[in-house]
Amino acid sequence: MGVQIDVQGLSKSFGRQTIWQDVSMTLPAGELSVLLGPSGTGKSVFLKCLVGLLRPEHGRIMVNGVDLCRCTESERYQLRKLFGVLFQDGALFGSITVYDNIAFPLREHTRRTEAEIRRVVHDKMELVGLAGAEHKLPGEISGGMRKRAGLARALVGDPEIILCDEPDSGLDPVRTAYLSQLLVDLNAQIDATILIVTHNISVARTVPDNLGMLYRRRLVGFGPREILLTSEEPVIAQFLGGHRHGPIGMSEEKDAVLAAAEGTWTRTLPEIVPQLEPSPGLPVRQAVRRRQERVRAMLAVGSVPR
Amino acid sequence: MTAVGQMFALGLEVLRQLLRRPFQYRELVEQFWFVASVSILPSMLVSIPFGAVIGLELGSLTSQIGAESFDGAASVLAVVQQASPIVTTLIIAGAGGSAICADLGSRTIREEIDAMEVLGVSPVHRLVVPRVLAATSVAVLLNGMVSVVGVAGGYFFNVVMQGGTPGAYVASFAALAQLPDLWVSELKAMIFGFLAGVVASYRGLHPRGGPKGVGDSVNQSVVITFLLLFLVNAVITAVYLRIVPAKGM
Repeated sequence: MGVQIDVQGLSKSFGRQTIWQDVSMTLPAGELSVLLGPSGTGKSVFLKCLVGLLRPEHGRIMVNGVDLCRCTESERYQLRKLFGVLFQDGALFGSITVYDNIAFPLREHTRRTEAEIRRVVHDKMELVGLAGAEHKLPGEISGGMRKRAGLARALVGDPEIILCDEPDSGLDPVRTAYLSQLLVDLNAQIDATILIVTHNISVARTVPDNLGMLYRRRLVGFGPREILLTSEEPVIAQFLGGHRHGPIGMSEEKDAVLAAAEGTWTRTLPEIVPQLEPSPGLPVRQAVRRRQERVRAMLAVGSVPR
Repeated sequence: MTAVGQMFALGLEVLRQLLRRPFQYRELVEQFWFVASVSILPSMLVSIPFGAVIGLELGSLTSQIGAESFDGAASVLAVVQQASPIVTTLIIAGAGGSAICADLGSRTIREEIDAMEVLGVSPVHRLVVPRVLAATSVAVLLNGMVSVVGVAGGYFFNVVMQGGTPGAYVASFAALAQLPDLWVSELKAMIFGFLAGVVASYRGLHPRGGPKGVGDSVNQSVVITFLLLFLVNAVITAVYLRIVPAKGM
């Protein structure tokens, strides 16, 4: 089962520019979470903080009882073995083939024989639907294939936490749907904690158990999907509805006159759409049961956020 | 200011990671071959006029004071001790360093470096060490060649163009120059090559603001290396002249 990530009071700035501050959330173990946000709100920066590539100025990120912001270099390298990260463009090494890319972590960190490596790599390539592209260079395959190869590489180390940086950017809606399904299936199969950072509404509505949103340098909400999807918070409602009526403007925030001129807007999309199920033949997602218990407990003590 | 500190830290990190196994032989050989192949021809072409200018300037000066027989001596000293390491490193920084910087820069932009770190592999150990080592060793080897070509250029212009005496030119080789001049020349080349490698790698790993930033970084890396080069050269030369007294005549 995956590992829980506890983020408390996290703030990050570059020089004088604050990216976001006081972000607190708990990514429940083994569940799928999505972090939404308009372009340029520091979603990728948040992801990089979670793997320790960037150091936030304040706050804590607790993984397995270790604070990622304040641990030693060797502890960080140990913790990173729990993570699999899918970068925006796959981040494959351009000079070696897709196969070698996916085999890279195994060759670096394990003493497995070439035959074992081949078996594992072929397994993962099949999982992401890349069989046959082994000997191509990353420059010779499409963007969607690069992403899937990046995902396969993130998976070979049997990670307990998978972080995806905009898995949908640059993909058409159909491919995005396939990738969403793939992530849900993965969660059912390996029960890893998954965080997807995106601004794709359909992913946000159908994939996650938990949903959060970054806007204007803070976390405007994080909680079970039902709560966020029905949220009355104008920013969240506007973003999930994907329309112009609300506080979010073209550049950043709208002025009051403009907002008044646009008038009010009533919800037309159904609020809660059914969540994606794992493909037929796969085991039931363990996370569903755990999450039900968790949310019931929250309801019992009346501590459901917003 | 922080950039200077970080660059220095990267230099130390490179020295530390140099000793870490497994050593990246393949990457080293590839980088060595690459740096050598882009710098051999240009450095030869630059060193000929360098030697020639020194030869011609000296030639007109010495003929006025009637010291033509020392043409060779001064030319060898100037080329070996000063011109050759500088020429070598200008070329290494300009041809090899800029390519290293652009390569690492585009990898950083494509998040390959981040990915490598997340996969638990140190990019300094894997990518920077072989590159710095390649730049350093090519600089040392190239320095020897540039010295020879430079002196030959000086000889050609002095003897053929200015009608100097071949025998006197060659015979006076050892009049001013001495063996430590060659050692310090190689030492300089080594230090300059190391600096060029570290500066190029540092700028490549920290490009500012997207793909355009890579271009700026390459530009900066070459300029920074050049400036650093003249500064360090002045220091080394000053120290060297204190430690090793000039040869008396």
